[in-house]
Amino acid sequence: MIPSLNLLIGLAMGLNLLALGSGRLPSIIRSVALQGMVIGVMPLIMDTHFEWLTALVALGTVTVKGFVIPYLLRRATRAANIERENEPFIGFVPSLLLGAGGTIAAVALARALPLLPEHTGSLLVPGALASVLTGFVMLIGRAKAISQVCGYLILENGIYLFGLLLIHATPLLVEAGILLDLTVGIFVIGIIVDRIQRAFDSLDTRKLTVLRE
Amino acid sequence: MIIIEIILRLALWLVLAPLLPGIINKVKAWVAGRRGPPVLQLYYDLAKLWQKGVVLSTLASPGFIAGPAVAWIAVLAAAQLLPLGPAGAALSFRGDVLLLVYLLALARFCTVWAAMETGSAFEGMGSAREVSYAVLSEAALITAVLALSVHTGSVTLVTMLAPAAGAGAVLLGAGLFTVLLAENCRVPFDDPNTHLELTMIHEAMILDHSGPPLAVILHGASMKLLLFALLLTEAVLPLGDLPALQAAGALAGGVLAVTMGVGLVESLLARFAFRRVPMLLTMAFLLCLFALLMAWKGGAA
Repeated sequence: MIPSLNLLIGLAMGLNLLALGSGRLPSIIRSVALQGMVIGVMPLIMDTHFEWLTALVALGTVTVKGFVIPYLLRRATRAANIERENEPFIGFVPSLLLGAGGTIAAVALARALPLLPEHTGSLLVPGALASVLTGFVMLIGRAKAISQVCGYLILENGIYLFGLLLIHATPLLVEAGILLDLTVGIFVIGIIVDRIQRAFDSLDTRKLTVLRE
Repeated sequence: MIIIEIILRLALWLVLAPLLPGIINKVKAWVAGRRGPPVLQLYYDLAKLWQKGVVLSTLASPGFIAGPAVAWIAVLAAAQLLPLGPAGAALSFRGDVLLLVYLLALARFCTVWAAMETGSAFEGMGSAREVSYAVLSEAALITAVLALSVHTGSVTLVTMLAPAAGAGAVLLGAGLFTVLLAENCRVPFDDPNTHLELTMIHEAMILDHSGPPLAVILHGASMKLLLFALLLTEAVLPLGDLPALQAAGALAGGVLAVTMGVGLVESLLARFAFRRVPMLLTMAFLLCLFALLMAWKGGAA
């Protein structure tokens, strides 16, 4: 169970890098969607015996993170008619290095944390911290609103990974509530993106810092 | 007995290597809906080149001929260090993985040296590109090797490559595949079919070679491709845990899958702009670094 889980967390960490390194919005959205699906499957692997509750959570996460949210984001991109290249504040190589530095720090930090004995072998905590840090780098370093949303989604994926440590303690209602919040949030952001595009003819968030009459 | 075995191994490498570029071209043709050249095309080319004469520049020193020859021998020697699944390696000792890395570096040095011999500007440019990409791709390769050795606690290729790469297998596979594409000058780093000197890397370095030296270079390049495909397959698949026959089958299947993957990448992707290439190589390096981290972390638990 732990080896296959670690394999999936490794995949999620690789997708972090891919999202940081890709220059086009569709490929960022694709890697975030894939990451959402990868971490959505994890509860199924963590449980030794099949449970309807975890299966439901997994199914919901995969559907929302893998299909609904990417669909909303793509629709927002299309509706706002933005160019698909994104020009970052922090260049691609520096942001990759920052993300990698964050991951190394996360692994080093996770070794120092006092974890339950059943969690010491798994990479859940370093993976979660690494995703959160990658999400931060993307939130800070990208100028386009949509890629900032993708950074936020990666951050949320990291928090979800952290939550997997407590999967037996959190009720289904909490998970469902988070997913619903996330979907509504992305939905609202899609509308805001459209408004920003209409008001400023661009989605560059740098223009939002200047006041005008 | 040992001599026969070594001869068999050498023959296997020499005969099988030119098959890979043929398969890649066949896959590309298949995706594009063409018939494409026969799979054995490189064998015909090599036979044709071997019969031709050599055009030598008056500027060139003997290094012009010696370079490709030394590079070819270095790659062939590196290939003998790599285990062939259940058959093991022809030569195996503690730390042979370092020799593998250095032999590949020697091969690159000799190719670059031979390319600079004629004093052609294009070849100098190709060499500069080859070497500057190599700085990054070698770092990735060494990190990948380090990840494998941390994972297995060994510095011998045979024991390093026997089990699967563990938690970092996906990362290591992706990183090594990118290194394979960069080291063998395939799309998206270089287009082996391009005929514009300004954009070529490997092909620009061999512009002035002809006849048998060119044949040696092409054959060496195909051996290098086979070497990297084998390394990638053996690093990712747990061949040591399978029975001998299955392991051999899995190895052959893996190499075939990698080769077809290269073909698919070439059909579906355009060559990257030069300024984007360092980023891709950095990503390969970081993927291997993550694999190293996971091997380190997994080993501690």
